[in-house]
Amino acid sequence: MTTPQEFHAMTGAYAVDALDDTERAAFEEHLTECPDCRAEVASLREAAALLAETTAIEPPAALRDRVLADITSVRPLPPEVPAPVVPLAERRRRRPRLLLAAAAAVVLVGAGAVVWQQPWDDSSTTQLTGAAAVLAASDARSTSLDFPSGASATVTHSDSLGEAVIVTKKMPAPPAGKVYQLWLDQPGVGMVSAGVMPVEEDQTVLLTGDAATATGAGITVEPEGGSDAPTSKPIALFDFGRSKA
Amino acid sequence: MDHRGPAETGAPSPEDGAPVGAPDLGDLLRRAGRGDEQAFARLYDLVAARAYGLAVRVVRDRAQAEEVTQEAFLEIWRTASRYDPDRGSALSWMLTITHRRAVDRVRSAEAATRRDLTYQHQNQSVDHDATAEAVQASLDAHRVRSAMAALTEVQREAVSLAYLGGYTHTEVATMLDLPVGTAKTRIRDGLIRLRDAMGVGS
Ligand SMILES: [Zn+2]
Repeated sequence: MTTPQEFHAMTGAYAVDALDDTERAAFEEHLTECPDCRAEVASLREAAALLAETTAIEPPAALRDRVLADITSVRPLPPEVPAPVVPLAERRRRRPRLLLAAAAAVVLVGAGAVVWQQPWDDSSTTQLTGAAAVLAASDARSTSLDFPSGASATVTHSDSLGEAVIVTKKMPAPPAGKVYQLWLDQPGVGMVSAGVMPVEEDQTVLLTGDAATATGAGITVEPEGGSDAPTSKPIALFDFGRSKA
Repeated sequence: MDHRGPAETGAPSPEDGAPVGAPDLGDLLRRAGRGDEQAFARLYDLVAARAYGLAVRVVRDRAQAEEVTQEAFLEIWRTASRYDPDRGSALSWMLTITHRRAVDRVRSAEAATRRDLTYQHQNQSVDHDATAEAVQASLDAHRVRSAMAALTEVQREAVSLAYLGGYTHTEVATMLDLPVGTAKTRIRDGLIRLRDAMGVGS
């Protein structure tokens, strides 16, 4: 597989979006545990941004009008609320500080602290009665992850309904022959499959399983058809904000 | 000509050696994250020429570049509160969003029609000059070009094809007749040299 040295050589290509989807996914996983690469990527992005200086073109005035009209109907996301992250996977449990450090690349939004208010694009949820019910539940709580690639995933769970929903935006397609599989972390049991995600950038998917007992949710990349148990490290973990005690 | 050009990047014009556009953008972004539409409009005025120019350079088609820019600014507005100054300048954060959207646009278009790499390769230098007419003359652009000129030819081409062309490192390797796997090293080396020459990102 890819060695750390090979990953370190990818910082430039990653900074200018020159990795393919599979490489990018692997590199972003590396980024979560490599502060050196994170720092280098940040500095190389600064360098790349300078190049935009040489290609600047004044956009048509109508574009400004459209953009400023657009934003009036879009609610800015709430800020990240720093919260203690209760890691789900055993590997991370032993290294909680690492996970916090990883937040520099993969932004963990305040665990369970954000109430979902459908800030944008409500069209994708209106027909999904099951999912819509969860999103609209009075006790709905959401945890979001933003990937450096621009993709985002939010898991909203309602204890009263015992269900959880994942909403993804701009998720890159999984590698060929692979799928994104959803998991619920059940106390004393571990990760229990909560279904496989359809391959679409923007998704609203109801997780199967009892979300009221689960302490969190996760996403892994699995072979087509899904697995009975995770066979790879999670690309995303969502803590439901329950005390482990 | 409009005065909202890259020459006026921030309230205090960029000092020599200062990161391009660094002043004020982070503050405007923070205010935008709190829903301040005026701050966002100002932010747009300061960055739009670079964002749109970058989108045009990558996707080529002006109408599509406008869409990309529009989508990017909407995302910037929506996610402004997630910008963390500890992780880089506001400018690079905004252009990263724009670039990613531009690249997504050309790559998804390519899924249907693969671009002819040979054609692009042959026309690459022409494209460079063609955009020059529209480029706003600025001291910063001049400094960046000088710094780029100090790269080796293969570094310069690799960086340009990747960032301004929107190609993957594998495509860049093919276009430059490099062994697969070495283009990403050239891109990295070139960006490091550019970074160090311009004194950014440290
Ligand atoms: Zn690394």
